[in-house]
Amino acid sequence: MRRFKQFVGFVVLKTSVVVGVLFLFSLIVVIALNGARVLSPGFLLEFPREGMTEGGIFPAIVGTFLLSLGAVGFALPLGVLGAIYLREYAGGGRLVRIIRTGINTLSGVPSVVFGLFGLAVFVKLFGFGVSVLSGSLTLGVLILPVIIRATEEAIEGVPREFREASYALGATKWQTVKGVVLPAALPGILTGAILGVGRAAGETAPILFTAATFYTRHLPGSPFDEVMALPYHIYALMTEGTEPEHQVPIAYGTALVLLLLVLAVNFIAIVIRYRARRARKW
Amino acid sequence: MVREKIVVKDLNLWFGENHVLKGINISIPEKAVTAVMGPSGCGKSSFLRCLNRMNDLIDTARVTGKVLIDGRNIYDDAVDVSLLRRRVGMVFQRPNPFPKSVFDNVAYGLRIHGVRNKGELRERVEEALKDANLWDEVKDRLFGSALELSGGQQQRLCIARALAVRPEIILLDEPASALDPISTAKLEELIEKLKEDYTIVIVTHNIQQAARISDYAAFLMLGELIEFGRTQEIFTAPKDKRTESYLTGRFG
Amino acid sequence: MRDNLVKHLLLSCASLSIVFLAGITVTLFKEGLPIFKEVSVFKFLFGRYWYPTYDPPDFGILPLILGSLWVTLGALFVAVPLGVGSAMYISELAHPKLREILKPTVELLASVPSVVYGFFGMVFLGPLVQRLFDLPVGLTCFTASIILGMMALPTVASIAEDAISAVPRELREASYALGAMKWETITKVVVPAASSGIIAAVILGFGRAVGETMTVLMVAGGAAVIPRSVFQPVRTMTATIAAEMGEAPMGSDHYHALFGIALVLFFITLGFNLLADKIIKG
Ligand SMILES: Nc1ncnc2c1ncn2[C@@H]1O[C@H](COP(=O)(O)OP(=O)(O)O)[C@@H](O)[C@H]1O
Ligand SMILES: [Mg+2]
Repeated sequence: MRRFKQFVGFVVLKTSVVVGVLFLFSLIVVIALNGARVLSPGFLLEFPREGMTEGGIFPAIVGTFLLSLGAVGFALPLGVLGAIYLREYAGGGRLVRIIRTGINTLSGVPSVVFGLFGLAVFVKLFGFGVSVLSGSLTLGVLILPVIIRATEEAIEGVPREFREASYALGATKWQTVKGVVLPAALPGILTGAILGVGRAAGETAPILFTAATFYTRHLPGSPFDEVMALPYHIYALMTEGTEPEHQVPIAYGTALVLLLLVLAVNFIAIVIRYRARRARKW
Repeated sequence: MVREKIVVKDLNLWFGENHVLKGINISIPEKAVTAVMGPSGCGKSSFLRCLNRMNDLIDTARVTGKVLIDGRNIYDDAVDVSLLRRRVGMVFQRPNPFPKSVFDNVAYGLRIHGVRNKGELRERVEEALKDANLWDEVKDRLFGSALELSGGQQQRLCIARALAVRPEIILLDEPASALDPISTAKLEELIEKLKEDYTIVIVTHNIQQAARISDYAAFLMLGELIEFGRTQEIFTAPKDKRTESYLTGRFG
Repeated sequence: MRDNLVKHLLLSCASLSIVFLAGITVTLFKEGLPIFKEVSVFKFLFGRYWYPTYDPPDFGILPLILGSLWVTLGALFVAVPLGVGSAMYISELAHPKLREILKPTVELLASVPSVVYGFFGMVFLGPLVQRLFDLPVGLTCFTASIILGMMALPTVASIAEDAISAVPRELREASYALGAMKWETITKVVVPAASSGIIAAVILGFGRAVGETMTVLMVAGGAAVIPRSVFQPVRTMTATIAAEMGEAPMGSDHYHALFGIALVLFFITLGFNLLADKIIKG
């Protein structure tokens, strides 16, 4: 009887894992099979035509590229410097506790709320308009906690012995951070930056009112231009327009491109982390 | 008459409530090897770290008393800790080269202290590695990772790294405890050579090692300095019962 | 001197998260409060009709709050058993090699962009649900709950897994020493010992799901009426903001009402995140 109960219990647990894996698997398969049908060099490199019912998604790829790089370009330096403060300079203290709570809270804010913040502050208040710049800044604020956490974790992994050796040679704190801690933490920081790119590339709600447009005939010429973006393109193809029979296949292709992009980015991050762990002898 | 390089007066150290060093008075002679011995946990490392103010890095640490180097108290407010540590090099128990190349490890301290000229860097790295008896083993792999050296080589690299900034004093905290016998022999040979130019303080709980390489020896127990004198005298005619027990292996 | 300057620079970077969080809060209040000049807080929260563009308009968000609640509870119904089950399987039963594969798989599940989940729901799961249950439409509260549940699964699983792995080995050994079987040890010793972490996982899962936008916007069907059955379309708070902000004229009552919804949403997620934080820290 006890054995039977255990058997049933194990089956239930196993099933829950299988369901999750199966779901991910079917999502990937469905999108890959249907998306592959429209995927071609032309699809990647051409502009959309005929009111989005033909042609490619080149401007959306470029837009997503610009937005996510812009976001990381904004958040990476700020996040890394902030994490250095938290790990190397701050003692315990109330201020640090408040900052940490702030970071946690920020990472729990719904993405659509970031969108509203971007709309009110970057688009309106700063007057950047609906643009690559506004979108990048909004996404940058969104991924800031991701970067800070990854950097903190990386810094935490640097052994105390390295710091002691540096101080024993008369190095100041900043010299030690710059000369020893950051180089040793670099793979971890890089992982964080890459994860940030992946996250920013996939977000839709934050760019809905700050950067994205359904259709442009030009690539953005300046940071103040609006752009197409892969995630928004999928959404728009599925909810706007009048010719679903032509739009859905393009949406499949776009979803496949986005999925590949995000999975590749995450895969790279996992590989870097793994290799850094193996290469490290301390 | 030997010159006294380091004079410690009434040195007390606490970690929080824990009174780790109790009223230490000791005068360490110049250009000689002084060994600090004692059972583990008695405060040997802590004592060493008082001599280059590494304990400053520990929040709970509190120090009273004086440590005079060449007659100046290193705990004076006016003392620049960075310059102090440049004069007082330190080598740790476990080899801790940076995850950088051999060259960059040795050059690290030089760069910290403002040496930028490439030629000068090269010269002084080579000089330090030669002084550390390591040059012949690494001259073909200067730009390979320091982490690929053997444990003994890593420890000599750490010594080279300390030597590169031309200190006057070198503190070694059980530098051989993670090494095999052959590496240990090489290290002892090196220390023997270095004492011509440097004042050396070495922590060891290997009694034979202390006897082999040191000129002076101090014996610590429970944070108190029990005995200090010429190594020969301490080993042949210890004045304190506890020293004798320790040396004959009755505790520790 | 120089080090002090560096320290202050780093501190200001670290404080940026707080600055952004404050910026978000201020923005939501500034743009959201004006709606309460038009309708009372009570009528806003408990009004049964959301007709923002009628004349006169109705700004009652009860259907949206209930929509969010239904979808989110439905999602938890999926995510909690599967997530906690997976966590138990991964940490207690899986072979170490399998664990090395399953953990990144869970991470991958978390990295798929929400718009891709939404797309998958529209093209695959929606039609499937429609056929299986013989419904007039496939995009319902039920469908959205399933997708959202799969999205919340990694959050629940990874936090629950942390909690379960943190249970000391001695506790398990004590149980085995008394002759307990593995299943009994898991259910009677490990899970109770990890219960506060598991509860935190559920709460965080709730916070994630209630703030999720694109999936529900695409999959839940979008009817802003109080739902009577899980097989009806619903409209969540997030979806309403995302769908209508583009059309609401800046500064109009509708615009302020959408910020008002965001304000409510922000405090709900904030509350849940702080609660989870408190439970994790004990
Ligand atoms: N960083 C520290 N914080 C608190 N206590 C410490 C620290 N380092 C050492 N101690 C305490 O100081 C005492 C002496 O330690 P240590 O100097 O390392 O001894 P030894 O090197 O002789 O083995 C021990 O009781 C140890 O627990
Ligand atoms: Mg020690």
